[in-house]
Amino acid sequence: MPTVLRLTGITKRFGDLLANDVISLSLDQGEVLALLGENGAGKSTLVSILFGHYVADAGSIEVFGQPLPPGQPRAALAAGIGMVHQHFSLADNLSVLDNVLLGSEPLTAFKSERGTARSRLGQLSARFGLKVEPDARVGDLSVGEKQRVEILKALYRGARILILDEPTAVLTPQEVQALFATLRQMLAEGLSVIFISHKLDEVLQVAHRVAVLRAGKLVAQAVTSTVTKAELATMMVGREVTLPHRQEDGQRGEARLVLNGISTEAHHGRAGLRQLSLEVHAGEIVAIAGVAGNGQDALADLLCGLLLASSGTVRVDGRVMGAEPRTWVQAAVGRVPEDRQGVGAIGDLKVWENAVLERYPERRFNRAGMVNRQAARKHAGALVERFDVRLASLEAPIRSLSGGNVQKLLLGRVLSEQPRVLVVNQPTWGLDVGAVAFIHGELLAARRAGAAIVLISEDLDEVFALANRIAVMHAGHLTQPRQAAHWSVADIGLAMAGTQAH
Amino acid sequence: MQLIERTHSSPVRLLLAPLWAMAVTLLLAMPLILWAGAPLGRAFIELFRGAFGGMLPATETLTRATPLILTGLAAAVAFRARLYNIGAEGQLYMGALAAVLVGGLHGGTGFELSPYLLFPLMLLAGMLAGAVLLLGPALLKTRFGVDEVVTTLLTNFIALLGVSLLLDGAMKDPLSMGWPQSVALRPEMELGKVFEQYRLHNGFFIALAVAAVIAFIVARTRFGFETRAVGANATAARFAGMPVNAVMLKTALLSGALAGLAGVFEVGGRTSYVTLDMSPGYGYTGIVVATLALLNPLGVVLAAIFIAGVLVGADSMSRVIAVPTYIADVIVALALLSMLVTTMLSRYRIQWR
Repeated sequence: MPTVLRLTGITKRFGDLLANDVISLSLDQGEVLALLGENGAGKSTLVSILFGHYVADAGSIEVFGQPLPPGQPRAALAAGIGMVHQHFSLADNLSVLDNVLLGSEPLTAFKSERGTARSRLGQLSARFGLKVEPDARVGDLSVGEKQRVEILKALYRGARILILDEPTAVLTPQEVQALFATLRQMLAEGLSVIFISHKLDEVLQVAHRVAVLRAGKLVAQAVTSTVTKAELATMMVGREVTLPHRQEDGQRGEARLVLNGISTEAHHGRAGLRQLSLEVHAGEIVAIAGVAGNGQDALADLLCGLLLASSGTVRVDGRVMGAEPRTWVQAAVGRVPEDRQGVGAIGDLKVWENAVLERYPERRFNRAGMVNRQAARKHAGALVERFDVRLASLEAPIRSLSGGNVQKLLLGRVLSEQPRVLVVNQPTWGLDVGAVAFIHGELLAARRAGAAIVLISEDLDEVFALANRIAVMHAGHLTQPRQAAHWSVADIGLAMAGTQAH
Repeated sequence: MQLIERTHSSPVRLLLAPLWAMAVTLLLAMPLILWAGAPLGRAFIELFRGAFGGMLPATETLTRATPLILTGLAAAVAFRARLYNIGAEGQLYMGALAAVLVGGLHGGTGFELSPYLLFPLMLLAGMLAGAVLLLGPALLKTRFGVDEVVTTLLTNFIALLGVSLLLDGAMKDPLSMGWPQSVALRPEMELGKVFEQYRLHNGFFIALAVAAVIAFIVARTRFGFETRAVGANATAARFAGMPVNAVMLKTALLSGALAGLAGVFEVGGRTSYVTLDMSPGYGYTGIVVATLALLNPLGVVLAAIFIAGVLVGADSMSRVIAVPTYIADVIVALALLSMLVTTMLSRYRIQWR
């Protein structure tokens, strides 16, 4: 098969950070190349260079034998490179057809060729099994459908090389299989795909070859049929990773968190909750699975004391709770939000200041209206030690820490207070394998210590690894929680898609 | 051209930003001075001499810096909490008015109270007046999300027109020969002069002490911690259980009080009565001062002295060589713009392509 894309010696430096260190790669026609690596390994930088968002300090790119001029997204598009970002760039209030046409029509054209465009879109969607209604408003589509629109957009513009950035992160298992079927059809038609992921199973399933990046270097390339999952994990992290083993389910205690008939208003395009009831007992982890955007945000806000239910009650240890974060902290509810840097921590404040953010009014950190800095620093130092937070100094602004270290600090901030209830939302999203293992271990330890834990997660591997019971959220509804062992992946997929499984 | 966020933010670069800004400001002022037909070197020498060259210029500069320190602190405190108080000018006038109301010679004598009691009452009244004027916009912001930039800017007009109304009516000095000015302060209420024949008054040293106190509050106290947290990320502060709205309101009260105090000191230290032109825009210039100081309370003192030096120096320069005094306003405006650009460049770098 001919080579369609060749990267030679790509190097990119940001300050002291070498994001890409002399990376050379090639992609053949009809091939899926997986780009595997932890967060910060340099995958995004490499793709951004390929797509013209960054200019490489050194190295060159050849597409179909022609050199690609650096730093010009238009040139990349014209050369037949299409990209589907993890976060879609679609206009919600336009139709599917308009979104596909957007930017591909000359601004000064008198009439748009909507008729021909519609039939071309129809052909493409039939050919690749990408079913969407051309006149539907994009804002009304599900996440999976939006992804199809993004792929169609790239194909409509004549992409022959498609880059997919973490495409499965937002899909149900069934949607993932449909996406893979589409990819196979594309390969059969001679297109090529670069598939960026950190999920090893998917990489092994869909890719022909895999290139592993670590700390900006291309550390390994392999044909997927010759490597195992464990080998890939080791290549990715650079050392062997031991995943925590789940202990036997411990003794389940009294109900600590009780939600009864909760409904919330939908607003700002976010799904509300509908008649949701749930009991979480001491010593168990209840996982809330589901595709993003089905009401998990509202549930998380509710359980963090940020949102008031329009009907129904939330009780913690029998006390009815309102929407006042302070009272939740005082009720010993530990909360770890999804957006660590934006909601959990204050980037400009120092690490030690962030460590006492929820506790600064308490007497131990407060002396006659003044912040007791010694006590706060000491407390932060102990957290950093106990939860293995890697940092240069307690005085550094927390924005200088990596995502995994911020998450360890935020988890430590609540776990060190022996929470009675713990609410964690996407606790390991975007973290490297080492940090994931650490955080899973801490959550299991907190369960052993008797906390009642709500785990909201889109990552099914995580859900099955940790949860005693699992409930699935769809369109603001929550299924009955069932023992983890009583769910199959197929059942969960159906429930995530809104079909009640039996 | 593209702006790219610097991967490493350097504190040194940030601290150098004000110095760069001052240098760029003076550089940009050069063509204007040349355009006015004045010799460049002489102009800058006269500017400097007019600001700091001798006892009179230096004391004049510090006199001018006094209200700027206080309005600069008012802006710095509020901006730190992301409360964009553009209304310090109005708050200053309300403070001045309240000072005369409490400490003035009404009906020839004023309030029959011991000066030791009346003086602190006068300070309190001035601060309260400034604080109350900002409380309205702050409540509108926290309750209904009304943009405080618009409301505080508009309260300036209301305050000034209100003062104008009073100076021609209820508070008019009957002995002012028809000029719109208020009755004077009781002589005991005036701030003492530092030196016999210069205008510099004790208000300057009180302003320095206030700056030190504010610096302490911001850095060390629970309230300071809250304002920094709310200003840096209100969402996260709320998540952590901070009373975001209460912090915002307390900050507004403090900011308004500081601007009100500036008004008290202008009346008590300089004019002894309220006129409509007693402040040449100190409230607005305070924003430049705070920006130049990177919102640091101690930096505000230095920035205020620099800006006051430019204002006083330019006056003197225009008397010696034929450069219009308006050059001072241009320089102050340039200082704000250069500061905004240099602080941005300390966080971002430009990539040309």
